[in-house]
Amino acid sequence: MPRLGYAQLFALLLLVPGPGGASEITFELPDNAKQCFYEDIAQGTKCTLEFQVITGGHYDVDCRLEDPDGKVLYKEMKKQYDSFTFTASKNGTYKFCFSNEFSTFTHKTVYFDFQVGEDPPLFPSENRVSALTQMESACVSIHEALKSVIDYQTHFRLREAQGRSRAEDLNTRVAYWSVGEALILLVVSIGQVFLLKSFFSDKRTTTTRVGS
Amino acid sequence: MAGVGLGPLRAMGRQALVLLALCATGARGLYFHIGETEKRCFIEEIPDETMVIGNYRTQMWDKQKEVFLPSTPGLGMHVEVKDPDGKVVLSRQYGSEGRFTFTSHTPGDHQICLHSNSTRMALFAGGKLRVHLDIQVGEHANNYPEIAAKDKLTELQLRARQLLDQVEQIQKEQDYQRYREERFRLTSESTNQRVLWWSIAQTVILILTGIWQMRHLKSFFEAKKLV
Repeated sequence: MPRLGYAQLFALLLLVPGPGGASEITFELPDNAKQCFYEDIAQGTKCTLEFQVITGGHYDVDCRLEDPDGKVLYKEMKKQYDSFTFTASKNGTYKFCFSNEFSTFTHKTVYFDFQVGEDPPLFPSENRVSALTQMESACVSIHEALKSVIDYQTHFRLREAQGRSRAEDLNTRVAYWSVGEALILLVVSIGQVFLLKSFFSDKRTTTTRVGS
Repeated sequence: MAGVGLGPLRAMGRQALVLLALCATGARGLYFHIGETEKRCFIEEIPDETMVIGNYRTQMWDKQKEVFLPSTPGLGMHVEVKDPDGKVVLSRQYGSEGRFTFTSHTPGDHQICLHSNSTRMALFAGGKLRVHLDIQVGEHANNYPEIAAKDKLTELQLRARQLLDQVEQIQKEQDYQRYREERFRLTSESTNQRVLWWSIAQTVILILTGIWQMRHLKSFFEAKKLV
């Protein structure tokens, strides 16, 4: 093992966060629960946090993003969808939490996409000395365009999942409501008749007594 | 002991720092904390014939030193993947660091559940485990340098291959979208039908009960000689 000075070690540690990437995760958040995720980010990296609630209740969730010192960078209550971009002002562990603590019995499905820095390059040992040829730069621009197409598709899929979840809720609610209401109608109408009959049967005995 | 000097100790300290730095680069990315018996589930809504690769790394909390240990041998995680019909696609035990892969055969919500099977945790770790997780779906799961080396592709050919993979993923997603839209439409039409039949049935029941009530009461009052 070559002897490393402390300066070199510090330099090595700074290299740790690296090229970055994106994490896209969909998870279920139970009622009265809070789930937190952490990521180590280097200073100066541009990051984007985007989240959307897919199923559950009123389709809202609390979100909170904190920097390594605990300072709150982003805090929103009961949001359905939001996107937040920030540049990391210091090195360290950034934490973001989703909370469903305001809900008593509905659990939510939350999707988030946390993009840190740029996507890693196609060629890991890429240190371009010569400029890209026309073909290569065309490929790069097509790649970027397709990435945004895939991104839009994801958004569309999430919105559609949300819509479908609402439609399925509505369907089951209509089924229960119609059966329930029919039963209540029958019970109430039969009950009314028997109640009315019971009033008249008491009256008859009093009238006969008065008559005689 | 004093004669040995601080030199070797300092060297060991440096080596530990380098090791720590190198370990940290191993699976950088998102991480979360998980309790001992806690099960964390993640959902991936994917079209069919899509490959999903998950990488995870676990670290145990050291109560004495109040820090997460870089790597813990003997700690295992159980990974279970269920397809949209609830059938188990993958159910395996992995070590403290693992990589799981599966390919979907039906489009829809696949559920990936992770839980620790270690009982040592409560004793030493204070019940906290840090899990680094990285899930790559479809085109993102491809390892391009490996593909370039295997098929001996030039840079331009590799870029073209990446574009082809992306377009294929878009195509699969569009097919899945068509299938989902059909389901949505069926649900909406079923709701529509149900509302229609319910309103008709409701009106019929109302009229019938009204008629029954009238006739029953009329015969009742006639019997009581009030009408």
